[in-house]
This record gives sequence, structure tokens and C-alpha cells, in this order.
Amino acid sequence: MASNPGILDNVAREPGVAKPDPILAIEGVRRSFGGLQAVSVERLEIQRGTITSLIGPNGAGKTTLFNLLTGFDHPQEGHWHLNGGALVGVPSFRVARLGMVRTFQLTKSLARLTVLENMLVAAKDQVGESFWGGLFGRWRQIEAANEARAMTSLQRFGLDHMADEYAGSLSGGQRKLLEMARALMVEPEVIMLDEPMAGVNPVLTESLLGHISALRDEGKTVVFIEHDMDVVQEISDWVVVMSQGGVIAEGPPAHIAANHDVIDAYLGLHHGEKP
Amino acid sequence: MDWLKILIDAGRAAVGVPAAAYALSAMGLNLQFGYTGLLNFGHVASMMVGAYGMAITVDRGGSLWLGVVVGIILALILGLLLGIPTLRLRADYLAIVTIAAGEILRLIVRSSWAEPLTKGILGIQSFADEFHDLNPIPVGLYGLGRFRFDERTVWVMMLGWGLVTVVALFMWKLTRSPWGRTIRAIREDEDAALSLGKNVFGYKLQSLMVGGAIGALAGMFLAIDQQNVTPDTYIPLLTFYAFTVVILGGPGTLLGPITGSMIFWFLFKLLDGFMTDAILNGWFFGWFEATDIGPIRFALFGMGLMWLMIFRPQGLFGSHEEMLIDGQ
Repeated sequence: MASNPGILDNVAREPGVAKPDPILAIEGVRRSFGGLQAVSVERLEIQRGTITSLIGPNGAGKTTLFNLLTGFDHPQEGHWHLNGGALVGVPSFRVARLGMVRTFQLTKSLARLTVLENMLVAAKDQVGESFWGGLFGRWRQIEAANEARAMTSLQRFGLDHMADEYAGSLSGGQRKLLEMARALMVEPEVIMLDEPMAGVNPVLTESLLGHISALRDEGKTVVFIEHDMDVVQEISDWVVVMSQGGVIAEGPPAHIAANHDVIDAYLGLHHGEKP
Repeated sequence: MDWLKILIDAGRAAVGVPAAAYALSAMGLNLQFGYTGLLNFGHVASMMVGAYGMAITVDRGGSLWLGVVVGIILALILGLLLGIPTLRLRADYLAIVTIAAGEILRLIVRSSWAEPLTKGILGIQSFADEFHDLNPIPVGLYGLGRFRFDERTVWVMMLGWGLVTVVALFMWKLTRSPWGRTIRAIREDEDAALSLGKNVFGYKLQSLMVGGAIGALAGMFLAIDQQNVTPDTYIPLLTFYAFTVVILGGPGTLLGPITGSMIFWFLFKLLDGFMTDAILNGWFFGWFEATDIGPIRFALFGMGLMWLMIFRPQGLFGSHEEMLIDGQ
């Protein structure tokens, strides 16, 4: 259960509802591509220290919302706050430094870097990463500490034996694991996973789910996009349903499973007039 | 057919002044292209800016050493000006913009408008006396048999390979640092680097500027040897030679540009010597004349580069394993 169990028990099950301690608050965010309204979210708050899953049919705007929140795309209007600080117009790399790190639907492993290098490149506050610091800085001590942390993390994700292999030689599932481990090297408060289980075999899915729960238990906030309802039911503290760019329902998993709007959205049934 | 002479001439070219200059130039391009993944097709522009910055400074009464500083600063400014508008573009657009910028700059330098400063198409001569006057080597020929160089060439070669060594040490330090790892990460995937909090634009700008400054060193070195700068030396072909050298040696490797340049010049002269002798001996049944050697050499080099890209895209010394990964 949540690192703060039961914190969402008394929250109303309606779209845009306020949470007791939101780490991320979104208001009036709109993004259209030509005539297509890809994202139009009136209000959405993400509770700190929980696992929130974002579900919805293909084209519902989930990934676009991720892109907007992390600075990879820019909305026509709207604003959102991370820990109370406005994030509108903040470039993607700064969003990561502020503590919100995302992964990608199509895994982006740095193929011609080794697995260990993939991890080290993500570590924060390495003085050797500046030009002059790289030439003259005393970065080796920091490097050794980062390396120790990276190896511990790789061990946890079962990749430590691959540390010196090129990331490009990993299997698809291992790359998913590496991408998640690498994102954690940034020490984010919020980690946003875009379909972390896609194309991953059932055994590995179980282990990925274990890792995600563990993150929450360490106090991190996890937001993830997922299509598999069984997975969503198993792991989420809260589920947000998107359809046609907007949030149509939110609530605990059991509540969502019984929600008619959700069933309609997934099955594509339209009763009467729907926007 | 004097095979020994052809081989010795090719060997002389492999360690000669142009080989050192191209090794330097290719090391700059390697930082941009091999390590950072920037498709800079205007590398010759930084060579020109370096050479002209130095020549004009001396021409205007400055010392050669001040000229070197001016050349490097100008190349850094060029990198900055070129990078700010283009580095947010996709890689192929960067290639188009940089090749155009290089040509625009050359045309400006040769224009009558810039003539008071650049001396137009005739260019500037005899600005490196300060360097050649310092030559401590007694007059004579140095080497073994036909493999010999005069004292002036030896002095210039010492400068050239000295510079190559210093820049190689600098690159060694830089590319093995976390900075070097970050630019390689950017080469692999910009979005991934952004998502991990790396200021991709800033790194690409730094890489373009530093690579350009190394290119300027190469341009200045060539100009010091020739005691001559003319705008039409700095044609896009120089950029493509530099690319050939980088690819030959293996992009993203420390010593690749150096071995690449030596092999490039060895083959260049070997082909030259062979063709000349072959035409003299009538091996081509009078199909070709001596004036055809240049174009034929280009055609063969083009074919060689194609062969390389198809069968050994990692270069002669690059890691095959690394290249297999690239294909995934």
C-alpha cells in the first residue's frame, strides 16, 4: 500500500478532485495539433508517495500529457506545479533536475555506451560533466561513489553481470529495466514511466511491478501509463482515466473497474451525445 | 615502374606536413561528428577563419603569436554564431546549414568588399617568417636514402606532430571525463540525455566550438607551412577529406584521426605515383593523360569511401562489436 496508507481513502472519486498533499498539480493544460485537441486537462492532482496509473484508449493523450509535463512538448495554454513551483516553459533537462524524470514508450537505451556508463551518465552533481571540470576538476572521487551506487542499483535490477556490456546488446526487457534504473540514478521525487511493461515477458513484468512498488515504499511518487488492466489493478493506489484528451474519471482501482464511463471509453460505445 | 620510389614517396606523405595538418583537422571534426554526432559539413570554415585570423593580424602589424590567439578566438566565435541558430535543428538540417555557411564565408573573404582586409582572391603571403626564423635546425637533408626531408620541412613537421600530440592528450583527457561520456550519450539519443537532466544544447555548442578551435589550429598550421592564405584553398572538399580521414580511422576513437590521416596520405600518394608511372609506361593504352590523374584519384577515393561505409563503417580500427549494435 501507499507509503502513507489510506491517505486517498477519503478523496472523492471524481475527475479533477483535490488531493491531501499533491506533489504535482495541473490546471487547464491544453495542447492541440492542428484541429486535433490532443490534451485538454482541466484539473489533475497527483498525490505524493503513491502509484498513480494513467489509463485510456490509444490516442487518449496520455503520452502527450507526459511530454507536456516534462517539457518535451509545449501546451497552448495551462500551467502546472511541481512541489508548488511553476513548471511552464521550463526546458526538459531542468524538469529532470527539479526532480521529475520520465522514461519513454520506445525504450531509449544509449546503445554504444556500456550499461554502467548508461547509469553513470544519469548521476547528478558530477563536476566532471562541465567542460573545465572534465579537464581539470577532481571528479574521480564522485565517480567512484556514483559507480558504487550504480552497481547497487544494477544488482537490484538484475543487470550487474551486464555492467560492462554495451547497452545495445541487452534484450528488450533488460533495456526497460536499465531505463528505469537509469532514471532512478537522477534521484527523482517523481518518476513517470511510459508503458514500462510493454513487450516485457510475464516473469519480468512481475519483477518490474516489484520494483515500482518498492519505489513507492521509499517515498517516491510514481506515475505510469499502462494498458494492461490486471497490472493496473494489482499495483495502483489511484487510477486516472483519460479519453480524447481529457480526464473522464479517477479513483481507486476497484472503483474505476466498475465505472461505466471507463468501460464506454475502452469499448468505444457512444450512448447519446458525448464530446 | 619504380615501386620503391612510389612506396617511399607514399611513406613520406604519411608522416609529412599535410598528414599532420589533416590529423589535427580531423581530430576537431571527430569531437563534433565522432563523439557528439554533429554532422558538421562546414568544418573547413573554422580552418579558414583560423588561418585568415592569423594572417590578417600579422598583415596588420601584429605578431604571429597574437595572430594564433586571434585565429582561435575567431573560430570559437564562429562556432558560437553557427551553433546558436542551428543546433536545435535536426542533424540533416545542421549539415545543410553548415555547408552553406562555409561557402558563404569563403565567398565573403574573396569578395572585393572584404579586399582591404583579406586581399581578395590573391590572399595574404609571408606572414609566418617569425616561425621559420626560429628554425634551429642546420641546413641540410635529414633521413635515410630517398626518405629525406629538408631542414624547413623538418621544422614544420616538428610543429605539426607536436601540435597533434598536444591535441591528442587534450582529447584523451576530455573524452575520458564525464563530459566526454555526456556528449557520447547525446550522440546516442538526445531525448534520453534531456530526460536525464543534461543540457544537450549547451554540450553541442561546446563541442562545436572546441572542435572548431582545433580545426582552426589545423588551418593555421597549414598556412604557416605554405606562408600563404587564399580563399579558394578553403573549398568544401577539405571538409570531405576530413570526413574521409575520420571515417577511415574510426569515428569516436582517440587515435583514429591520426592513423586515418596517415593512411589517407599514404594511399593518396601511392595512387598518384602509381598512376603517373602507369601512364608514362603506357599501361592504360593512352586512355588517360597525366592531367586525368586528379579526377581518377577522386573517383577511386569516392569508391574507397563507399566500400568503407558498406563493409567497415566503424573504420579500419573501430570496434566491430560497437558497429553491430548501431544496426539494431
